[in-house]
Amino acid sequence: MSDYDPVEVTPLHADEVSRMEADAVAAIKAAGDLDALKQARLAHAGDRSPIALANREIGALPPAARAEAGKRVGATRKAINEALAARQAELEAERDARVLVEETVDVTLPWDRRPRGARHPLTTLQERIADAFIAMGYEMAEGPELEGEWFNFDALNIAKDHPARSDHDTFFVGSTESGMVLRTQTSPVQVRALLQRELPVYVISPGKTFRTDELDATHTPVFHQTEGLAVDEGLTMAHLKGTLDRFAEVMFGKGISTRFRPNYFPFTEPSAEMDLKCFVCRGASATPGNPSCRTCKSEGWIEWGGCGMVNPRVLIACGVDPSRYSGFAFGMGIERTLMFRHNAEDMRDMVEGDVRFTLPFGMEI
Amino acid sequence: MKVPLSWLREYADLPAVTAHEVADKLTAAGLKLESITSHGHDVKNVVVGEVLTIEELTGFKKPIRHCTVETGEATPREIVCGATNFAAGDRVPVVLPGGVLPGGFEVGARKTYGRMSEGMICSERELGLGDDHHGIMVLPADTPIGGDVVELLGLRDEVIELEITPDIGYALSIRGVAREAATAFGLAFRDPADVEPPAESGPSWSASIADPTACDRFVLREVRGFDPGAQTPLSMRVRLARAGMRPVSLAVDITNYLMLELGQPLHAFDRAKLSGEIVVRRAQPGERLETLDHVVRELDPDDILITDQSGPISMAGTMGGLETEISDGSTDIVIEAAHFSATGISRESRRHGLVSEASKRFERGVDRELPLVASWRAVQLLAELGGATVQPGVTHAEVEVSPARVAIPSGYPGAVAGATYSKETVVARLRQIGCVVVDGDDAAVRQGGVDPTGVVTGGELAAKLAVTGDDMITVTPPSWRPDLTDPNDLAEEVIRLEGYENLPSMLPSAPAGAGLTEGQRLRRRVGRALADGGYAEVLNYPFISAADFDHLQLPADDARRNAMRLANPLSEDEPLMRTTLLPGLLKALVRNVGRGFADVALFESGPVYRPREGAPEVAPVLGVERRPTAEELASIEAVLPDQPLRVAVVLTGEFERSGWWGAGRQACWADVVQAARLVAAEARAELSISADQHEPWHPGRCAALYLGDTLVGHAGELHPRVIEAYGLPARTSAMELELSRLEAAMPGPVEAPPVSAYPVATQDVALIVPDFTPVADVEAALRDGAGELLESIRLFDVYEGSQVGEGNKSLAYSMRFRAPDRTLTAEETTAARDAAVALAADRVGAQLRGG
Repeated sequence: MSDYDPVEVTPLHADEVSRMEADAVAAIKAAGDLDALKQARLAHAGDRSPIALANREIGALPPAARAEAGKRVGATRKAINEALAARQAELEAERDARVLVEETVDVTLPWDRRPRGARHPLTTLQERIADAFIAMGYEMAEGPELEGEWFNFDALNIAKDHPARSDHDTFFVGSTESGMVLRTQTSPVQVRALLQRELPVYVISPGKTFRTDELDATHTPVFHQTEGLAVDEGLTMAHLKGTLDRFAEVMFGKGISTRFRPNYFPFTEPSAEMDLKCFVCRGASATPGNPSCRTCKSEGWIEWGGCGMVNPRVLIACGVDPSRYSGFAFGMGIERTLMFRHNAEDMRDMVEGDVRFTLPFGMEI
Repeated sequence: MKVPLSWLREYADLPAVTAHEVADKLTAAGLKLESITSHGHDVKNVVVGEVLTIEELTGFKKPIRHCTVETGEATPREIVCGATNFAAGDRVPVVLPGGVLPGGFEVGARKTYGRMSEGMICSERELGLGDDHHGIMVLPADTPIGGDVVELLGLRDEVIELEITPDIGYALSIRGVAREAATAFGLAFRDPADVEPPAESGPSWSASIADPTACDRFVLREVRGFDPGAQTPLSMRVRLARAGMRPVSLAVDITNYLMLELGQPLHAFDRAKLSGEIVVRRAQPGERLETLDHVVRELDPDDILITDQSGPISMAGTMGGLETEISDGSTDIVIEAAHFSATGISRESRRHGLVSEASKRFERGVDRELPLVASWRAVQLLAELGGATVQPGVTHAEVEVSPARVAIPSGYPGAVAGATYSKETVVARLRQIGCVVVDGDDAAVRQGGVDPTGVVTGGELAAKLAVTGDDMITVTPPSWRPDLTDPNDLAEEVIRLEGYENLPSMLPSAPAGAGLTEGQRLRRRVGRALADGGYAEVLNYPFISAADFDHLQLPADDARRNAMRLANPLSEDEPLMRTTLLPGLLKALVRNVGRGFADVALFESGPVYRPREGAPEVAPVLGVERRPTAEELASIEAVLPDQPLRVAVVLTGEFERSGWWGAGRQACWADVVQAARLVAAEARAELSISADQHEPWHPGRCAALYLGDTLVGHAGELHPRVIEAYGLPARTSAMELELSRLEAAMPGPVEAPPVSAYPVATQDVALIVPDFTPVADVEAALRDGAGELLESIRLFDVYEGSQVGEGNKSLAYSMRFRAPDRTLTAEETTAARDAAVALAADRVGAQLRGG
């Protein structure tokens, strides 16, 4: 202590210390806002405040008096700090009540400075379908849209004279003899997958397909399909059914299953038409007396796609031995799925690119 | 196929179930219900009456009769009638007051032509029996008076319309549907073809098959003395009409009726108009035939014809010739029943755009065993209903055919299904559809005759398709199932008859997959990034027109003008496959603007089609008996165009909106360049941007986008001429880049950068450069010069004005420096900055402003 002064120190007198406390408390109470309180804090609790100065004098007291003086000063400082804290709290509450109210804005004001765009629902629907199969272990296979006729027809056991191969149904590129078409289905990807990949093959293949239909509410010459193919040892039609039932459940919820009806496709044998149990009425609307259902037109089932066991002729054309491997394949129209899953009524809306149609679909579907 | 339920019940003892229940069973068997039409159920109070008196009323514009009609009630009815084809004593259908005719048409008692009319005497059309409205329907004299006409004439019926898939031609007949219905209900089936024509010693009109690839069975039978005035019985006419065929005349109606019932198309020739031997052959060059529809057809050498000495008389299986057609006066008739090549008829029908009930059946495959039976039944009916005499003899030209046999293990259908079917079940099911099943392995390929359904059989393929195993059975499919050629065809029959609805449902254990590829992930990311950046995705048709190239101002030698052309485009205006995504996007933008949206941002991602230089014009169509060789596959790929994936955006209006916060910002070239950077960032690539002049962009506002040295696309404001050509808003901007190139160059995983805990040191510099100097070059020089202490650099101001001199601009940068291992001293930072400025001075002549 450099300023040691062994004489009695006036600032440490009891009544002097009480006066300091009284002054301080008075000043703190008088502080009208947080700035004033800050000033009061400096004046009465700061480094140069009377009580701080008094505290420094304790060392000058005779040792016997120090304890008592220390106790007195400490108590006073505590009282001042408490008064400060209390006033601080009061003033902050006051400020919150007043200032923050003054700063209130209208939070309902719009803020669409940079509106978001959206992805096309046909794109996101294809992704969602693919993801359901990827979760089952499938991989996504791809192929060209402008395709060799052999891939699109011959390798799929579609005979030369099949009506689908006429220019009434199929877009030919160059000439009708060029061997090049715009693929009429995603099935040529099956052929490419079998030629390119090692067995077993489990692939899902979404994509664009083409047929010479005029655009109207329910037809479009350019449309989308998603095709699935599994070729492995010991695959059966029961596996096909199980796979599509699982898929139906993933897409439409628990308890939604599929129904098979015999049909004919050259590239599958046996072949089936696949119906989906209506996910809205859950089949109930088909029973007379129940409310009608717009989604399934009260049939209880919705036609969804085709499927079947890969025709061994297709396996042979791809160099797969049908005595060892079997497979199943399935496909569904994406436009149609969008129509019944989202009540989209007119295919032209999917084609024209009107942002009013696309924007509500956002990033995922 | 329209199937009257009453007709079906004639050959299958169906239980008392509704048409819907029958149709559901058929649908489950693969004959899909299209619709059900009820007939006669709404008809009420139509009874048989006898005309007692007729009084002709005069003084009206047309003949009007006032009749009294005995209807079995307390007193006869007075009825006014406008027809005159009946006489007193005739029995006629009468709808009484309060009665209802088909279509819900109610009839009451009313005063008309000054007399009371209590009901109406009916024509066939009024009863829903067909189109005949020439007069009143006169009933046989023994029809009981007062009887319910609906019951007496069997007018109440239901017609089930079924969709028949192209593989099961047999189901285009009552016979085929009845067989399926009987099987579905587990009941007996009576085969309408189960008649045994008597053995005939001699031939009828002479005929031969000249081309065995066109026809493998040709049958002729004759009748004489047919009464051309004979009427078709009402029941036959009703069935024809309900099955969708118009009644014509008795002889024609009989051939049509048998075709519907059996599935065998028949043709009736007027014997008097035939000359010489009938030969089945292909057409010769230059031959013509006027068909029944009065069209003179130029025949193709591939067409299958029925000919006589005079030349072609009928297009086989498709449509008869006008010249030899039976007419109102024909009394001697030759009936033809044949088995033609399915593919031959299908080609012929397509070539001439001529689809007939006959061609529909032949191209799907007709039972080869029917011609003898169907022709026999035809002449029987002509005799029975038309008073004709059947001439003895039948002409039967045929090509030897041995049927196919397929051998399978009896467990094979179960193995395909994933279910267990006993051998008894398998054999029973195959027999139900008409197969002959014996134990053992004795497969054989069909020999001779015309193609059954157009599928290739035999040879290498048959061996590869063969299935072996324990307990083999050998199956000979029936003549009406030429579609059953492979083991899987038999499996399908068993599985569908056992019920697809009874298949178990189980998941296969697929091997663990690898998920999406990097490229597939990238495409999804790019879509999300652009959508998040304000762009809405569109999916345009990939068809464009040559005019688009002009609208885009492409030079004559621009590679994008080289496009693949469709042989059969939907519209001759857009026959080309796109080589750029922009035309579709620009049109979609115009559409949106036209619908009232001033601020539009669109994107599309998809392939363009770029012909390969020197590619052959024709892709080979390979065989299917084995895997093609690598060379064979390559020969197809070589012809296909390159189909790289691109992404493009178009943009107009405010990209940042005006609002209560103040003015917005008009979209400009910089936004679309930024869109390219956004796409590149998703591929973890950094684009280098340089000025370019490239159509369709504004020559002063076009950025070339490079990835290293590879040009990947362009972005900027569109050329004013392009804007005018497409009718776009001024200053529309666009970007197009080739995503495939970014995908190919994608780097590996990102390396985590070290994060230094030492403080940052910031230095601002302002440089004066000539105003043509690309900012990108200045920044690159500063970066290179500053060295590795530079953490980041940001251009925060561009100034042009007198203070920096005419033709100059001032660029103000904020540079942040930081070291990984120490706090930088002021000297170090300054030295780094000075080095940066020095390099900029060196490379682009930059001067430190105020320095």
